[in-house]
Amino acid sequence: MSASTASTNYTPKTKVGRITNFVDERVGGSGILREFGRKVFPDHWSFMFGEVALYSFVILLLSGTFLTFFFDPSMTETVYKGSFVPLKGVEMSAAYNSSLNISFDIRGGLFMRQVHHWAALLFVASIAVHMLRVFFTGAFRKPREMNWVVGGFLLILAMAEGFTGYSLPDDLLSGNGLRIIDGVIKSIPIVGTYISFFLFGGEFPGTHIISRLYTLHILLIPAIILLMIAVHLFMVVVHKHTQYPGPGRNDHNVVGYPLGPVYAAKAGGFFFIVFGVVALMAAAFTINPIWNYGPYDPSPVSAGTQPDWYIGFVDGALRLMPGWLFGIPMEWHVPLPWGTNTLTLNVLLPALVPAGIIFAVLFTYPWIERWITKDNREHHVLDRPRNAPTRTAIGVAGFILYCVMWAAASSDLIATHFHVSLNDVTYWLRALFFIGPIIGFIVSKRISLALQRKDREIALHGRETGRIVRLPHGEFIEVHAPVDEYKRYKLVGFESPLPLPATPNAQGVVDRREKRRAKLSRWFFEDRVAPVTPRELEAAHGHGHHEEIAAEEDKKAVIR
Amino acid sequence: MGDHSHDSPTGSDVVAAAGQSETERFQDPGIPPHRPRLADTDPRAAKRAERQVAILFAVSVIGTLLFFVGYFAFDPNASIGTLRLQNLFLGLGTAFAMLGIGVGIVHWAKTLMPDHEVSEERHAIRTEDDRVAAEKIVEDILEETGIKRRPLIRNTIIGALALAPLPAIVMFRDLDNSSLSVDRLRHTMWKEGVRLTRDPSGTPIKASDVTIGSAFHVIPEGLNESPNKLEEKAKAVVLLMRLDPAALHPSPGREDWGYNGIVAYSKICTHVGCPVALYEQQTHHLLCPCHQSTFDLTQECKVIFGPANRPLPQLPIKVDSEGYLVAQSDFHEPVGPSYWERG
Ligand code: HEM
Ligand code: FES
Repeated sequence: MSASTASTNYTPKTKVGRITNFVDERVGGSGILREFGRKVFPDHWSFMFGEVALYSFVILLLSGTFLTFFFDPSMTETVYKGSFVPLKGVEMSAAYNSSLNISFDIRGGLFMRQVHHWAALLFVASIAVHMLRVFFTGAFRKPREMNWVVGGFLLILAMAEGFTGYSLPDDLLSGNGLRIIDGVIKSIPIVGTYISFFLFGGEFPGTHIISRLYTLHILLIPAIILLMIAVHLFMVVVHKHTQYPGPGRNDHNVVGYPLGPVYAAKAGGFFFIVFGVVALMAAAFTINPIWNYGPYDPSPVSAGTQPDWYIGFVDGALRLMPGWLFGIPMEWHVPLPWGTNTLTLNVLLPALVPAGIIFAVLFTYPWIERWITKDNREHHVLDRPRNAPTRTAIGVAGFILYCVMWAAASSDLIATHFHVSLNDVTYWLRALFFIGPIIGFIVSKRISLALQRKDREIALHGRETGRIVRLPHGEFIEVHAPVDEYKRYKLVGFESPLPLPATPNAQGVVDRREKRRAKLSRWFFEDRVAPVTPRELEAAHGHGHHEEIAAEEDKKAVIR
Repeated sequence: MGDHSHDSPTGSDVVAAAGQSETERFQDPGIPPHRPRLADTDPRAAKRAERQVAILFAVSVIGTLLFFVGYFAFDPNASIGTLRLQNLFLGLGTAFAMLGIGVGIVHWAKTLMPDHEVSEERHAIRTEDDRVAAEKIVEDILEETGIKRRPLIRNTIIGALALAPLPAIVMFRDLDNSSLSVDRLRHTMWKEGVRLTRDPSGTPIKASDVTIGSAFHVIPEGLNESPNKLEEKAKAVVLLMRLDPAALHPSPGREDWGYNGIVAYSKICTHVGCPVALYEQQTHHLLCPCHQSTFDLTQECKVIFGPANRPLPQLPIKVDSEGYLVAQSDFHEPVGPSYWERG
């Protein structure tokens, strides 16, 4: 029986029915609604960061489109005649002029600029935090590796979009930012000088860069971001959302609320909340007061100025790198058959290497971990970060590396704020750049293991109630309230893999690669706390409240 | 409710969790029983929640009205203080309008919509059948094109496809519509006899104006009238300082580049090109605010701290017949950040 005959037999009785029927008979769609209308979504506060990113992007599209109606992306020189008195009569580019007009002469223009800028900061921040959530919970594991990569591209695109936007108003600060970019580009061997010429249409600053960045900012990059977001969300639907471990949750189901109505209402409502919070920030806190900076001029600059936060880590890396290292120049003059060329490592290395390492590890991490653990199963239940101590420690180390560079971008502010010498701050940060990640790794791994032990303690002996009672024979003990089976399952329902020794391949030999993998596997899993087993729980209860025994059990469980 | 927690994990691959057989693990107790909320059992609480949601939506309406007040009640072209106030009204109005709706909906969902957790089975993303079929289709398609059997076709199409995008790249050549000469980075507006003038006014500087300890931001005479003002300025800006001639230690051949302790150095940082704008009179240090490279004026602006590698280039100066400071020549090396062809 064909679909059309089927539909003629169906007579809707309600108004909703008539509308759905009308649409379905023409374009279809009931199937989709049937599939998705009640689709189950797990709920957790940490799943909101991705939503914040999506919603701030929508806010950026709305506010940005408003700005395009008034912004003039041209570097033609004009004289300011707007209503901001201190700049009256000053020569400036049309771009800066129109940004001032948006701020002072278009009602609500300043508000829109501030909404746009705050939303931009929130956009990049929420993507970054969202990625941290995905990393620390192991949500990037099979089958979601490709979506992790898409997310990584989104982060880079967001930073590029932010930087191009930041440069548009053509004020003193953003012009200086471009000048730094020009210097970094020129440090690229062989092609750098030409890339700079092509980008600026000749020598810096030229008269083209703003309009070129404008095309990138309002057309090319947003289009790619939009496409990537579509791919990203499509994959989320294909994979279905991950869920935190807990009773009733496993790799074969999704436990949560149906899309309609609860989940859709919460998520939809959340859009308005994000918009409201951005509006609140735009109302109360001035951001990028370009009128204080003046038009771009290659000569003046003010101390203590900062790029937007997401560019900070590159700027910080540039600051950390010394021009001379133990008396060795970091700029090399390379004699080549046709003459001497200049390799300026003091710029090239910090601009490329740290960001390169961070992104290379970020993009490949799912495959690295899968290779070490040989874990080729699908994972839909997340790891609590403490239950994957080594991964958590790797993440913390990377995070600290990033933070040191980021802090270095404010080295002058740190120095003036704490009344210490700027040079000392730099020396300390240089040391921290190398030591910080190592300390972070060790400490966070210990914390994970300690938290796991605490979980064992609670699973075995219950929660401390803080109530002290005296036993008949005089001993004082603290009453421990047993946890119910649901809470306990959350504490014990995880895997704690053992190191996976090297295994021979098909030819019966253990090759070097496999040996290396086995070593890494040991590094990954050797410190482990095993989950409580039913037998242990029985034993703990059989022995009553005795803490010594529990402590003993704990020691046994920690295999080193 | 699909509860499969005790099945073996998907796929037949290595199970990394050695040492934990299923019998040593706890049974999954299943989804915890639903705990009714107040509004589920008490109609009065439900009524109360309903009212709260309505109030929140009303707050949103008030916020929208507040926005209009902010938009129309303020005089355009007013002072910056008024502008800030208007911004506050618009922002608070929008914030209330949005938060009222958002918080209202979420509160509604949390208190009044069903909050039973449900479980849904995950389906395999793909089936073995599909994959086998897909593989076969691809194989068949390749087979029917004959691309494997006809290397001539294969190789020529690869060659054509590799070349075809090149015009699209070459088309961008005119992004810099000039001869692309790298040499232009070596030259600035300075040449013999060009007067040193104040930035930004362009008034010339007499040697006698420059007292010990003072510093001037300098541009070449005629810069303000130049058609490429910003590009020229980005290379030509100079810092002029005077200190006790005994404090300077010129290297051989550069003894006469200054005049009575007056020296001129490029203001463009040799790191990545920020203006080196800070002069510490006491220490004779020049500090770049961007990444804190520090240059020592008494050692011909050698780098003593920070990421820069090269000293700031010096502009040789002298005094003309009227007592004004003029350049002896252009800089003897390119100013600003290093680049590959710099040599
Ligand atoms: C998707 C992420 C986006 C980010 C991260 C972003 C970021 C920025 C930033 C930081 C600024 C400087 C704002 C200021 O303080 O003036 C800016 C300016 C601007 N953006 Fe965006 N933006 C995004 C999307 C868009 C879109 C989609 C449009 C247009 C359709 C747009 C149009 C504009 C315009 C016209 C300006 C210059 C306005 C002015 O400075 O007054 N932006 N953007
Ligand atoms: S540009 Fe001067 S220190 Fe970087």
